[in-house]
Amino acid sequence: MSGKDKLAIFPSRGAQMLMKSRLQGAQKGHGLLKKKADALQMRFRLILGKIIETKTLMGEVMKEAAFSLAEAKFATGDFNQVVLQNVTKAQIKIRSKKDNVAGVNLPVFESYQDGTDTYELAGLARGGQQLAKLKKNYQRAIKLLVELASLQTSFVTLDEVIKITNRRVNAIEHVIIPRIEKTLAYIISELDELEREEFYRLKKIQDKKKQAKAKLEAARAEMIASGKDVEAANMLDEGDDDILF
Amino acid sequence: MALHSAGKGKLLAVIGDEDTCVGFLLGGVGEINKHRQPNFMVVDKNTAVSDIEDTFKRFIKRDDIDIILINQNVAEMIRHVIDSHTQPIPSVLEIPSKDHPYDASKDSILRRAKGMFNPEDIH
Repeated sequence: MSGKDKLAIFPSRGAQMLMKSRLQGAQKGHGLLKKKADALQMRFRLILGKIIETKTLMGEVMKEAAFSLAEAKFATGDFNQVVLQNVTKAQIKIRSKKDNVAGVNLPVFESYQDGTDTYELAGLARGGQQLAKLKKNYQRAIKLLVELASLQTSFVTLDEVIKITNRRVNAIEHVIIPRIEKTLAYIISELDELEREEFYRLKKIQDKKKQAKAKLEAARAEMIASGKDVEAANMLDEGDDDILF
Repeated sequence: MALHSAGKGKLLAVIGDEDTCVGFLLGGVGEINKHRQPNFMVVDKNTAVSDIEDTFKRFIKRDDIDIILINQNVAEMIRHVIDSHTQPIPSVLEIPSKDHPYDASKDSILRRAKGMFNPEDIH
């Protein structure tokens, strides 16, 4: 367990600083990603609303177009095969642009006229008016559908990106940040322990020194008592066997 | 911003019954490329489901098609293929046909949208 939820790092002051800066970086990244997810979510909702609106509108426009097709057929007679056989070049084409939302490229489709009408002469004999209306209605439908398509494409793209962003936010929040925090706690506890050990060691040394000094004093007192003069020899020759204390 | 708008215009593809196709062709979306392949497919009651699937897959593979329009009743027949298409481009649009009114609950996009949105929120 301990190997999994903290980073393998040697507990030292340097590592602690490193971990602190990493924690800060992770927190900042988390905030930024969260903001990005919110921005995307907002756009997503907007698009969703528009899609539903356009879809209902589409139903009506398509109904009207189908109705005018029936009208044109009534006036002109059956022209299905003529139309299906005479296809050459597309008159309406699609251009795509990119729209940028928080670093995500959303394609936007745009229809435009290119070239001439292939069916210019259709309905020349009779029903020309109905056919013209029919073409107009279907062109309107196409325009709407292209709009809907770009909304839908944005929807799919955004959906994907939002999922990825949320996954990242959650990963930082629930995996990366706790792991760094645990590592930091581990480093701090290790450092504390080292400090305590050091303190104890110093205390012990002091103790030993005291004992040695007392022994020396006792020996000297004994010497003085027995009548020898030791004071002069001792003034400078204290000896520095230990510079710690 | 406009990264590949400089390239030539893309096409719409139509898969649907005869009337839908005729309508959109009159609108001016039809094109036959130099391999004599049309960008539309007329589905009647004799058309095999596998043919529709093949055509749909071919349209997805073609890089000059950006939008695929498909009648909803036809889409129902090849629902599994449509659901497995998850790329944003080409985008697949389900449209109502003359004799099948539009049913929003069957649309794969709206079905996904339903999960996150209450219908009351929209109006």
